[in-house]
Amino acid sequence: MTPISPPEPFTVTTLEGAAAGHDPGLQPDELIHAYRTLLTVRAFDEVCMKLQRSGRIGFSIPNRGIEAVSVGAASALDKSDWIFPSYRDFGMALYHGVRPLEMMHNMFGNGADAAKGRQMSVHFSFVEPLHFVSISSPIGTHLPQAVGAARAFQMRGEDRVCLASFGDGGTSSLGFHSALNFAGVWRAPVIFLCQNNGWAISCPSAKQTASESYAVKAQAYGIEGVLVEGNDLLAVREATRQAVERARSGGGATLIEARTYRMGGHSTSDDPKRYVPAAELEAWECKDPVRWFERYLAGVELWDEGLRERLEAEVMAEVDGAAKEAEQTPAPGLETIFSDVYRDLPTHLRRQGQESFEMAQRLGDPAAGDGAFPL
Amino acid sequence: MTTRTLIQAVNDGLRSAMRADDSVLVFGEDVGPKGGVFLATEGLTEEFGEQRCFDTPLSEDGIIGTAVGMAMNGLRPVAEIQFQDFIFPAFDQIVSEAAKLRYRSGGQYSAPMVIRTPYGGGIRGGLYHSQSGEAYFCHTPGLKVVIPSTPADAKGLLLAAIADPDPVLFLEPKALYRTVKGDVPDDDQPVSLSSLRVVRQGSDVTVFCYGAMVPVASGAAEAAAEKGISVNVIDLRTLLPLDEEGVLAEARKTGRVVTVHEAPRFCGYGAEISALIAENAIEYMEAPVRRVAGFDTPFPNTLEHHYIPDQRRVLDAIEEVYNF
Repeated sequence: MTPISPPEPFTVTTLEGAAAGHDPGLQPDELIHAYRTLLTVRAFDEVCMKLQRSGRIGFSIPNRGIEAVSVGAASALDKSDWIFPSYRDFGMALYHGVRPLEMMHNMFGNGADAAKGRQMSVHFSFVEPLHFVSISSPIGTHLPQAVGAARAFQMRGEDRVCLASFGDGGTSSLGFHSALNFAGVWRAPVIFLCQNNGWAISCPSAKQTASESYAVKAQAYGIEGVLVEGNDLLAVREATRQAVERARSGGGATLIEARTYRMGGHSTSDDPKRYVPAAELEAWECKDPVRWFERYLAGVELWDEGLRERLEAEVMAEVDGAAKEAEQTPAPGLETIFSDVYRDLPTHLRRQGQESFEMAQRLGDPAAGDGAFPL
Repeated sequence: MTTRTLIQAVNDGLRSAMRADDSVLVFGEDVGPKGGVFLATEGLTEEFGEQRCFDTPLSEDGIIGTAVGMAMNGLRPVAEIQFQDFIFPAFDQIVSEAAKLRYRSGGQYSAPMVIRTPYGGGIRGGLYHSQSGEAYFCHTPGLKVVIPSTPADAKGLLLAAIADPDPVLFLEPKALYRTVKGDVPDDDQPVSLSSLRVVRQGSDVTVFCYGAMVPVASGAAEAAAEKGISVNVIDLRTLLPLDEEGVLAEARKTGRVVTVHEAPRFCGYGAEISALIAENAIEYMEAPVRRVAGFDTPFPNTLEHHYIPDQRRVLDAIEEVYNF
C-alpha cells in the first residue's frame, strides 16, 4: 500500500512573517490585542509555574508553544458564540475579556472562584463576557455537548456557533466519534478544533492514530476537515473564520487540525524530558508562535522590541497583582460543599451540612493536604 | 380521569409537556416515526414534527452528550435510552457531566434534562434487556432517580421530572408497561419528586418497594392479610433524593421491615434503606430488616422467574420478620 502523503498545513504567513497581502480582517488595535493576549498567556504560565514550584498552588497546565491556536481561533468568534474548551485553551477566554484575576481565583480555588473552589485549578468556567463552558477533566465529554448546544442555536434559528477544542489524544475518545457523527447528521453549527500538539501526556501521535492526519477523519463523518499550521496565528484565525462562516450559513460542522507543539510538560507535575526527543523541541523552537506573530506585526509596522518590553511589563504586573490578590482571598465557606449539587438543597444535604458544621465546631478544622497533584 | 396503561400514561405525559413548552424535545433511537420500540413516543413526531421528536444515531453517549449541551443551552431534552442495559456508554455523560455540571460551575451552568429508559426483567430479555441498574445511579450526587409503578404516577412524576431544574433519570418498569391499568388525571398534575406513596396501610410489617416490585409486594400483602398479618406497602417512587424522614416514619410504625427490588442484593437499594433504619430507628425495630432482591449474578434468561422476586418470596420474608 502506498502511503498517501499528508498535505502540508495551511499557512497565511511565512516563518519570516510575510503575509503576501493577506487581509487578516483585524484592525491594528485588534492585532495588538491578539499579541497582548499571547503575552498574557505566557505571563500567566510563568507566574503559575512559580506559584506551583513554591507550593502556593497545586497544579497548572502550561501553554508554551500552542498559544497561537487558542488566540487565533478565539479571534474568529463573536462574544455570542459558545466555547467548549479543553484545559489548554484559556487564551480564548483572555482574548474575549476574561481578566487574569478571575482566572487566578480559580488557580487558588478560593471563595471568589466562579466554581467556588470545587474543581482543581485550570478548570475554568465563565458565562461573561462569553460562554466559556465549565471544563471537565475526562477527555472528550464536552464534544457531544457542544453539538447539542449548537443544535439549540440551530433550532432557535440563531446565528451563533459552538467551538469545541481538544487535543490530539481527544480524537481517540468516545465523545469525539459521537460528536462528529451527530454533527454530520444534524449539520450542526459547530467547529471542532483539534489542537494537535504532538503529545497526550507522554503518548506521541503515532500511538494515538494510524491516520495520516487528524483532519482527514472529518471525511468519514461527512463534514469539512482542514489542516492548519497551528503556530501561524493568522492561519488558525483564517481557518476558524471560514469554519465559523460555514457553520453560520447552514453549511455544518468543520474539523480543524491545528498542528503545533507542546514546548513543555503536560502539566506542572510532568517531566517531559523523560519522553520528548530534544531534537523535536529544537525543530519547533524556531517556530515559536509569539515570535512568529511578532515578525508579522513588524512587517506591517506595528511592532518593535519596545512594544514587547512595554506590553510584557504591563501584563506581568497585571498577572502578578492578580496572583497576590487571589492568594489573599479567603477559601470558600463550608456551605459550598453542599450548595449547587441541586438547585434546591434537599433535606439530606441540609442535614449533612449541619452535621459538618457541628463536627467542625466540635473537632476543629480537619488537616488540609499538601495539594501536590501527581498528574 | 381516563383509564390508561403505564406506557400510555408515559406517552400522555410527554405529549402534555411538549404541548406546554416548545423547548421540550424527545429523541433517541427509533423514537421518531416508529414511536419507540415499546411505543412510548407513538404519535409525537406526527404531532410535533421531526424538530421536536426525532431519531438519533445509535449512540447512547451521543444521545446523552448532546442532551447535556441542549439542556445547558435552554432546551428541555427528554432523551430515551432504548433499554437501561444500553445506558453504560453514556455513564460518563450522566455521572461526570449532567450530574456535576451545576456543582463544578458554581451554578453558572446546569443540565435540566430527563433520561427515560425501560428497566427490569419479566420479558425474557436475558442479560441485556432486563437489568435494574438504579443503584449505580443512586450513588451519584446531582442526579435524581425516579421510578413510577402506576399509570398516574408515570404521568405525574414524568411531568415533575421534565419541569425539574436538575437532571432526572426516569426508570420505567417495562414489565408493567401494559400489565397495569389505572386512572390517570386528564389535566396535568405533577407528582412531587421525593415523596413516598402509601400503597396499602398496615400495622405489622412495612414493605419498601418501587417499580415492578410494587404489584408483587401488594400481592404478598394481600396474601399476608389472609394469614392475619397487616402489611404496610410503601412505593418509594423517588430513590434519589430519598424522603428519608418518610421512610423512617413508616419503619417506626411497624418496627418490622422488608425491602424488595429486582436488582442484585449486594450494595442494592435495600441496603441503603436497611442502613438508614439501623442508624436512625434501631430502637423501634422488632426484627432485622430482611432484603428480598435479585441474586448477585447476571440476569438469567430462561430462569428469570426464579431470579425476579415474586409474591412467594416477598410473603416468605414478611412472615419471617413477623415471626422473628
